[in-house]
Amino acid sequence: MTSELLLEVINLKTRFHVAEGTVYAVNGISLSINQGETIAVVGESGCGKSVTMLSVLRLISIPPGEIASGEALYLGRDLFKLPEAEMERIRGKEIAMVFQDSMTSLNPVLTIGRQLTEPLQTHLGLDKQKARQRAIELLELVGISDPARRLNDYPHQYSGGMRQRVMIAMALACMPSLLIADEPTTALDVTIQAQIIELVEHLREKLNMSVIWITHDLGVVAEIAERVIVMYAGFIVEEALVDDLYEEPRHPYTQALLAALPRIEQRRDQRLRSIPGAPPNLLIEPKGCPFTARCEYGFEHCLVEMPPLIQVGTNHQCACWFDLSAGKPR
Amino acid sequence: MTRYIVRRLLQAIPLLFIISVVLFILMQNMGDPVATMGGRKVTRKEDRIRLERQLGLDKPILLQYVFWLVGNDWTKTDMDGDGVAETPGVRKGVLRGDWGISLVNRQPVTEVIGERLPNTLLLMITAEIVVISSALLIGIYSALHQYSVMDNTITTITFIMYSMPVFFFALLAMYIFAVNFKKWGLPYLPTVGMFEPEAGQSFGQVMWHMVLPVATLSFGFIAGYSRYIRSTMLEAMGQDYIRTARSKGLPRRQIVYLHALKNAALPIVTLVALDLPFLLGGAIVTERIFGWPGMGRLFLDHVSRSDTTVVMGILMMIAVAVILFQILADVTYAWLDPRIRYK
Amino acid sequence: MSSLADSPSNVIQPHLDELETPPLSLGQLAWRRFRRHKMAIFGTVMIILIFLYCFGGMLVFSEADANFNDTSDRLQPPSREHPFGTDTIGRDIMIRTIYGGQISLIIGLTAMLVELIIGVSIGALTGYLGGWVDSVLMRMTEAVLVIPQIFLLLVMAKYFAQSIPNIEFLGRTFSGSVLVIIVVIGITSWPYLARIVRSQFLSIKENDFILAARATGTSTREIIFRHILPNSIAPIIVSATLSVAAAITLEAYISFLGLGVRPPTATWGNMLEGAYKYVQSAWWLWFFPGALIALTVLSINFLGDGLRDALDPHSRAA
Repeated sequence: MTSELLLEVINLKTRFHVAEGTVYAVNGISLSINQGETIAVVGESGCGKSVTMLSVLRLISIPPGEIASGEALYLGRDLFKLPEAEMERIRGKEIAMVFQDSMTSLNPVLTIGRQLTEPLQTHLGLDKQKARQRAIELLELVGISDPARRLNDYPHQYSGGMRQRVMIAMALACMPSLLIADEPTTALDVTIQAQIIELVEHLREKLNMSVIWITHDLGVVAEIAERVIVMYAGFIVEEALVDDLYEEPRHPYTQALLAALPRIEQRRDQRLRSIPGAPPNLLIEPKGCPFTARCEYGFEHCLVEMPPLIQVGTNHQCACWFDLSAGKPR
Repeated sequence: MTRYIVRRLLQAIPLLFIISVVLFILMQNMGDPVATMGGRKVTRKEDRIRLERQLGLDKPILLQYVFWLVGNDWTKTDMDGDGVAETPGVRKGVLRGDWGISLVNRQPVTEVIGERLPNTLLLMITAEIVVISSALLIGIYSALHQYSVMDNTITTITFIMYSMPVFFFALLAMYIFAVNFKKWGLPYLPTVGMFEPEAGQSFGQVMWHMVLPVATLSFGFIAGYSRYIRSTMLEAMGQDYIRTARSKGLPRRQIVYLHALKNAALPIVTLVALDLPFLLGGAIVTERIFGWPGMGRLFLDHVSRSDTTVVMGILMMIAVAVILFQILADVTYAWLDPRIRYK
Repeated sequence: MSSLADSPSNVIQPHLDELETPPLSLGQLAWRRFRRHKMAIFGTVMIILIFLYCFGGMLVFSEADANFNDTSDRLQPPSREHPFGTDTIGRDIMIRTIYGGQISLIIGLTAMLVELIIGVSIGALTGYLGGWVDSVLMRMTEAVLVIPQIFLLLVMAKYFAQSIPNIEFLGRTFSGSVLVIIVVIGITSWPYLARIVRSQFLSIKENDFILAARATGTSTREIIFRHILPNSIAPIIVSATLSVAAAITLEAYISFLGLGVRPPTATWGNMLEGAYKYVQSAWWLWFFPGALIALTVLSINFLGDGLRDALDPHSRAA
């Protein structure tokens, strides 16, 4: 596996201007992914993980959205500085995205075949015949039986799991270098979920693709990711290789998340541990660490300044004023 | 699907019956058709009685209705007033295609209506085409440029147009484009009839004469429909599948005119069909103002002269058309929306 | 730095509820939304002005002034003496628009009341009771809807044409046709409202609070009037407002076509009758009454739109 740098996001800040004020959705995210890598971005609903990736692809509606600052370097080119026509050439061809709700993400009045052949015709210039042929191959690839006939069906004629496979097929049609999967299995049964995960893994290997997997399910992360990024309220709080993260979480939030996972060896009379409190109101401009209110280890300085991401081990970064391993503030 | 259509058609039959009965009874009190027969004033009592008998107006209402529906050639009527029924009737009744004779000019109703119907159809079909194309253009433009100055202006103008009574628009249009253009030496639009008598009924003449009536008939609908398209387009553009389409890197044109529009324009089909009654209503006023020889004017003329048979003929024809169009609307929508077609 | 993290109960809690505003009542919320709608405010102001013009004008000009005609003065363009000009027999058009306006507005409001009473009753009955009552009444509603309203109006206006004589009311004489027109417009318009009320009832009656009311023995009448109706009042108000505009327009149409309100009573509509013969020679004959109708209808539509946004914000179709 080559480790050429594919995508580098530098200090991304995204805001939304709504009637009630400004929503500070992404507050200075920096991440990078190399060719052939699989990383997972983890966090609660509303932590900004989807918005980050949508911002990179410039799929945020502007207005009310605004990319306040930051760069997104794809193979060295800043995506935020490209004209829209250039972005259109990158979307679907170099970077592709799979969305969570396959029912609403597919156009109900167009056939699956039409929606599959579109990117092929647009990006690869295939004529109708060849595009159809390729579409059938794609459906086969993702495990849809009787693909030639199914091409003429409409989204509502597919089951949930099959629709999600079609979304994946659509995303992979032009063999992108980077696939962003935004919670593709959240709405599916556990068994289907396993199939989809296996499918993506298999295809990733075959095509030497990079995958950014957005999820809030730590179980999924353990299965597929090499590296994990943990987000909270628009900030990155921890980043590590998957094994390191599970064995030795260094941020109180990560620790609490992992502790909240029900364990099969838990005794029945033991209460499930949850994190007290609620995520912060994103309408307030963030000052200090956003997790402070719910943090076991929070102290005054946490309210004053947001801790920077610092190296706490090999390939392991953490943004916290409290040193968990030492048991005292840094 | 065929079962559905057949069921709707069968449901329509009792509806039509009820409508025809109610209308028929309603019209008995519309006034005295005999009073202005054929333009001459009938003053002598004997003449009145004779006419009434000839037209079958001396029979009880229910019997008149029955005769209207199924004719009277299976029975004899008393034509010479001696109390003895001896003359066989000649009417076959509506159910066999005989709509009777106009009480005003003694022509068969089918002929009377048939003369004028094409003219109204010409107006209405042209108006409908103008309405749909204009509304799509304006609606899509507004949606794509939401909240721009142009959009806000369009919204205000459409609101005003939508609220303006048809005759006011017509008179204003007449005043500006016909009267004042003439005064200012500009080519002006004609305001009466389908063609200039001297020039004869040519394609060009009719087209030129159609401009003002079609504009009058359409403006209200254009206003309403464009607002509707604007909102359905905005809704469609905000859907997840548009985000997917963008993430695939599709060109903007394709996203707007295929992905969004196909979803947004679907309900228009139903609207167009269901607006038929309003289009017909507008036709009456428009035809009156512009002297267009169509069914609307026919209706007006014959209602004011209490011509029951012609009025019933027109009303029943409209009822049938409206019901058919409703069924057509449902069927077409079900056929166009894949979610319903492939259940 | 001291750590205040001895136990979870010492956790620092920034006040996150600072941004919450105190709750407003439904009425206050509605008023706020209405206020934001500039067009609705404009409409309301215009309607008030028009009302003042028509009814306040009574104090300045008498009805005799409206009917006073001097044929030597006929067809005069607007001047200082006659701000809106004179008509075909020399009557002052401005004064006639004042008195005509009264009738047009009254017809609009009263027809709306007729429509409201019939429409709400039938809609409530069919919506709540369902079953054969629903089937029969809905057939009736459909039957009325199938024929375009104008056609029905013309036929019925002719039907009732001569039946009611002139009415004496508050010292003034009105043509009986005014009542006829009110009734006729009312009984051809109710289906539109009935359909709205029916669908409201159909959806509201499925709610659990209705089930609770029935379980505690509330009578049908009480359920309809005290539970369902108040919850469905919003679209009814909007529809009723818009139907005033529709009624005014309809009266204008049929009077314009010659089958509406008869002399001696003037309305904006019948002032337009025959005025189109004078399109080029005497534009003031049709412009002023026509503009007044357009302005009134426009203002009512603005008001209705604002009401819809204020009371029923989720129902936006266009």
